[in-house]
Amino acid sequence: MATGTIHEVLDIRQDTCPITFVKTKLKLEQMQAGEVLEVLLTGGEPLQNVPRSVKAEGHRIFKVENLGDNQYRLLIECGISRE
Amino acid sequence: MDTDTLAETLPAGLTPEDLKAGGIIPQRQNDKVVIRCMAPGGRITAARLHKIAEVAEKYGSGEVHLSVRMSPEILYVSLQDYPLVKEELAKVGQEIASCGKRVRVPTACGGCEYNPNGLVDTQGLALEFNRRYFGQDHYHKFKTAFSGCPIDCTRARESDLGFQGQVEPELVAEACSGCELCAEICPERALTMVAGLPVRDVERCLLCGDCLKICPNDALVAGRTGVAVYVGGKHGRHPHVAYPVAELVPEGEIFPVAEAVMAWYRENGRPGERIGLTVDRVGIDRLRRVLKPLIGPHLLQQHHIRRQRWRSVFWAGAADAFPHYGEV
Repeated sequence: MATGTIHEVLDIRQDTCPITFVKTKLKLEQMQAGEVLEVLLTGGEPLQNVPRSVKAEGHRIFKVENLGDNQYRLLIECGISRE
Repeated sequence: MDTDTLAETLPAGLTPEDLKAGGIIPQRQNDKVVIRCMAPGGRITAARLHKIAEVAEKYGSGEVHLSVRMSPEILYVSLQDYPLVKEELAKVGQEIASCGKRVRVPTACGGCEYNPNGLVDTQGLALEFNRRYFGQDHYHKFKTAFSGCPIDCTRARESDLGFQGQVEPELVAEACSGCELCAEICPERALTMVAGLPVRDVERCLLCGDCLKICPNDALVAGRTGVAVYVGGKHGRHPHVAYPVAELVPEGEIFPVAEAVMAWYRENGRPGERIGLTVDRVGIDRLRRVLKPLIGPHLLQQHHIRRQRWRSVFWAGAADAFPHYGEV
């Protein structure tokens, strides 16, 4: 289960799709199951695509925060175990 | 070669219409024809593709044209080679498509099998539709399209008969964390947060399912799933956007609906008239009455048609929904 700890932070606010998701996916692949990734992203296309793809890959988004000014913060619990 | 010239060169008893029924299209070049290969939903095995390539090199110009409705067409085949071409293609189960006044090979997107947006099995439906109805004669061509979602890549709204996947989101309130992601990403702005929960505006919702796919907690889940049914669309010199007829029709009702629509067309159409023009002339209500016993609860009524969701898909006769073109 996710604790209050954030293990990694990824800022994709300057990126466009599909680089936004590629970066997120690569980051999650380097993490262990249960670890938490914080992602900073913008509204519109990145917000439409990244959370949906993250969910489809088997990770768990447990917090979505609207930071205002078209910026969002996601907290994702890595769902794939890498031994 | 034009059709008349072609007719003179045909063996006795064979008309240009026979050729079209067999998927043979006259070319400008003397004695050359295009052979249209069948590929329901645009899907084809590698073995058949290899064979088509082989035949194109052996009997044609070595080129294939992909028709606008997904059929591979072998170019520059000599008419007298047609029986050999047909036999060669049959070895791998490659059939010839048709042209002319009959049910054409249906088109389809990837659908739910592998396309992330797909909501229904458009590929399976296209195959089955083709198996049941391909080549049946009508007053004019009859084109069918299956789109997996409201993005409508195969243009169900511009087909004689079009089906488009839909899913109705259902809220499991106790699972919702109130994160607002669904409301933020809904392309139609159909979800608003009320007391921490998403509320859906049926006036705007296109039933695309994007909210279900993004919901981190599976608090929005698939409710009724089915297809929107469109009748009477076409391209051509006088394009005609289809009449939206029904929504959320269960997959099991698709073929009964298709059969009822085609039977209605046979009964009410006129030679040379596409079904959209038959509906214009006879009236959409005549068709809706025929469909009522089959899919009554799914039929669109006037109050549905007035919704923003359907006004955005304009239909013939609804001039008020179509923008006025001013002086420029």
